[in-house]
Amino acid sequence: MADKNKNTNRTNYYVFAIFLAFITVSYFFDYDLGERIGSNFMIFARDMGLLLPPAFVLIGLFDVWVSRESIENNFGHTSGFKKYIYAILLAATTVGGTFVAFPVANTLYHKGANYSSIFTYVTAASLVMIPMSIMEASILGIKFTAIRIGVSLPLVIISSILLGNFFSSIDYKIPKAD
Amino acid sequence: MYTLYYIAGIAVLISFFADRQKTINGLKVGWKKFSKILGTYLKLLIILSFILLISDQFIINYLGGQAPFIGMIMGLIIGSVTMMPGFIAYPLAGILVSKGVNYMVVAAFITTLMLVGVATYPVEKEYFGIKATIWRNIAGFIISGIIAVATGILYGEVLI
Repeated sequence: MADKNKNTNRTNYYVFAIFLAFITVSYFFDYDLGERIGSNFMIFARDMGLLLPPAFVLIGLFDVWVSRESIENNFGHTSGFKKYIYAILLAATTVGGTFVAFPVANTLYHKGANYSSIFTYVTAASLVMIPMSIMEASILGIKFTAIRIGVSLPLVIISSILLGNFFSSIDYKIPKAD
Repeated sequence: MYTLYYIAGIAVLISFFADRQKTINGLKVGWKKFSKILGTYLKLLIILSFILLISDQFIINYLGGQAPFIGMIMGLIIGSVTMMPGFIAYPLAGILVSKGVNYMVVAAFITTLMLVGVATYPVEKEYFGIKATIWRNIAGFIISGIIAVATGILYGEVLI
């Protein structure tokens, strides 16, 4: 398993190197399609390149400092409905949206959070991020944002409970990513 | 954007003063997780660079000038397969609205854009597994559809 992972990682690096070479060559020869792909790449690369290193520093510290009990008590089976509130609050303040939320959710799960709270967290992280919602309200109007968030949050919690029950019933295990 | 650096920096400092060894262990854990997933993130970057080739004009043409219900379905589909950062997506949504596209259609597009990630599948599957990724995205698609219809009703675009 570890070997397979190493290999796919290596393949990804090769593909990425070829991709970078293609972009560079495109800029040299003024190849329009390649240049457009290149500028798209920059848009996402800047975002991810800047966000991921500090995010993983925090995930690492979180992993060693936060005890299993405190996660179980707040996001696990022993926590009642309040785990959904916590999951949504955590999501609203997660910088970087789903790219950062996926590894955080995985870490939470392996610390004892249950399915429904991490599903709520990840789904809410793409829906109610504070900076993004402010931008949305300023362009599309507060009414639009209010409807979107107001209608989605109950649905997110309901669907997370349903999915959580389903995955517990089939005894599904989420892969450990470290 | 840089807020995360301040938070991470302060966290490392506090942690370091509290327990040096624990901090080093934590940074090691973070690095291990990061290096393991980096290749997948790079793959995602390549996929996204190609997806963003779908131009604004294409989306405006497809979502405008449709019957509202068809427009909504198109919005759900286009939003699911594409992925773009908020600072591109929202101005685009603003253009759609100013061109007279229904809020219902814009809601369908914007919500699936955020909730359904066909393009982010490679990363999500590493963290959630294949089955959970698929089901979560199906749930996201259904939720987006409900939000779009609710938006249509509350804006008076759909009469019930």
